[in-house]
Amino acid sequence: MRRALAAEAVAAKAVRKRGGYSWGTYFRRYWTLYLLLLLPIIFFIVFRYTPMAYILMAFKKNNIIKPPWQVAWAKDNGFEWFIKAFRDKQFIRALRNTVTLNLLDLVCGFPAPIIMALLLNELAFKRFKKVTQTILYLPHFLSWIIISGLALRLLADNDGLVNILFKKYSGNPEAVIPFLSKENWWVGSYIAFGIWKEAGWGTIIYLAALTGISPELYEAAAVDGAGRFRRMWHVTLPGLRPTIIVLLIMRLGYILGSEFDRPMAMGNTLVTNVSTVLSVYVYQKGINGGGQFSLTTAVGLFQSVVGVLFLLGANSLAKRFGERGIM
Amino acid sequence: MIKSKRTKLGDIIVVILCLVLIFICLVPMLNVLARSLSSTTYLIRNEVLLWPKGWNLDAYRTVLNNQRFVHSLWYTALLTIGCTCLSLFMTIICAYPLTYDHLKGGKFLNGFILFTMYFSAGMVPHYVMLNNLGMLETVWVLVIPSCLSVYNMIIMRSSFYSVPESLREAAEIDGAGPIRTLLQIYLPLSKPVLATLALFYAVGRWNGFSDALLYIKTNRDLYPIQLYLYNILQNASSGEAAAQEGFSMPGLSETLKMASVMFATVPILLVYPWLQRYFVAGVTIGAVKG
Repeated sequence: MRRALAAEAVAAKAVRKRGGYSWGTYFRRYWTLYLLLLLPIIFFIVFRYTPMAYILMAFKKNNIIKPPWQVAWAKDNGFEWFIKAFRDKQFIRALRNTVTLNLLDLVCGFPAPIIMALLLNELAFKRFKKVTQTILYLPHFLSWIIISGLALRLLADNDGLVNILFKKYSGNPEAVIPFLSKENWWVGSYIAFGIWKEAGWGTIIYLAALTGISPELYEAAAVDGAGRFRRMWHVTLPGLRPTIIVLLIMRLGYILGSEFDRPMAMGNTLVTNVSTVLSVYVYQKGINGGGQFSLTTAVGLFQSVVGVLFLLGANSLAKRFGERGIM
Repeated sequence: MIKSKRTKLGDIIVVILCLVLIFICLVPMLNVLARSLSSTTYLIRNEVLLWPKGWNLDAYRTVLNNQRFVHSLWYTALLTIGCTCLSLFMTIICAYPLTYDHLKGGKFLNGFILFTMYFSAGMVPHYVMLNNLGMLETVWVLVIPSCLSVYNMIIMRSSFYSVPESLREAAEIDGAGPIRTLLQIYLPLSKPVLATLALFYAVGRWNGFSDALLYIKTNRDLYPIQLYLYNILQNASSGEAAAQEGFSMPGLSETLKMASVMFATVPILLVYPWLQRYFVAGVTIGAVKG
């Protein structure tokens, strides 16, 4: 039996080289592979593709009792909700907030892990380096809910750690820095905690790229008399260039994406004007009592389509830079 | 001579900078830990900074006596274990067949799966569909829709790809079918990545909050720990809200909130450092996209 199977396997390889089996023979031989794939395929059809059928709601009258294909078309050739969305001040505000926060995240958050990776790379003591890394990875594993608790205790107006110290040392017991209660300050805190959470984790990928840089380059630079900073500038950074470009472009592709946990947890009633991003807008208007299912589906569709377009654009940009891109 | 001395000075500056980073990383947590261990009198006088004053464990005791909280903690732990096992299973059976480069229809399936990573129907269509399936307000809505992540599947597949193909051919010649090859060759060789993905899935479920907020409103028994915490942190300053979360006091004291936060944090702190070597490798594999 075994020998027969073995002979078959050898023969199978030969057949594959000649250009393959017919479907029937192939299926009889490898049906277990399709059996394994059965559950994942059902999963993707039911939980990823079926919801796409409900996108139809964006073009129909607002009704979730009936399935969308039985509902009448919306006004303006079905584009009623898109037009309404772009006339809605709250939607425009959410769009503005999404883009602003994402751009600030990009500008402030993107360089942080690179700088940290350069710093860690200069660290001469192996054991200390490992402990440092472990601690720097920690915030990535905390949820935004927990971080919002930490942030409140650190930055609250009256009893936050920073303001306790500020009152004590500024000599004015009434002085507070409104980290979480004034809009501009809140944006700063939001961005800062984003960096706090993800910068350490972001170093992993750069540190991995750094191991690919040949030590000979460093030695040659040292022989030429390059100090620490010149070696960083002329050896380390060029070595990181491909990684930096790919990650940067991917981030550009997500410029209209919006997180949900982060603004939900970090936001408060004093700063809704700057903290309501698109996902929060959709949640409030659609699911959390707003009842505007068609409108919010339209907003979600707009977000997804623009997201894909940006990603495709970013990808071809990456390829133009001579990098592999992500697709 | 002079040069080496300068290098040493540089090393010390680097160490100091790293210590500053570590400090920034830990301050928020030390602050909360100190508050959770302090007595309320000192807290109200704003005297607690990074070291507890009026050291006591009352807050932890009170939190552990809150049936609702303990229930939520256990329930989330079980949910996390169950979801992690299911997700790993789904990830393996999805990734493995796709590593057969001669798989008929493999290219199509690959595109079919990857497409869902870039284009999603959005929050409301998912909500309406799950509503129509009757899954809202059940535990399944926290388990099944998130049981397979394409990103993690790609990491798994990259790891399978790194197993030399000669091993698979040898197994086939010895008469092993695809499933036996998976169990006896591929899985044992992919332990580091399996550990990484288990960590990712477990942390994702433990920290997961948005699906519970969206899909579970009335059934409080199904609130995972993060949603529970969200309610405590956002609303429970009034006595009524505190009572709803199972605390029998007018308003939720500061130390109790902080102790609850610590309970949700500690399990992760206990697990992730041991897997550091693995997840570093896992993240790096994920970046080398297939």
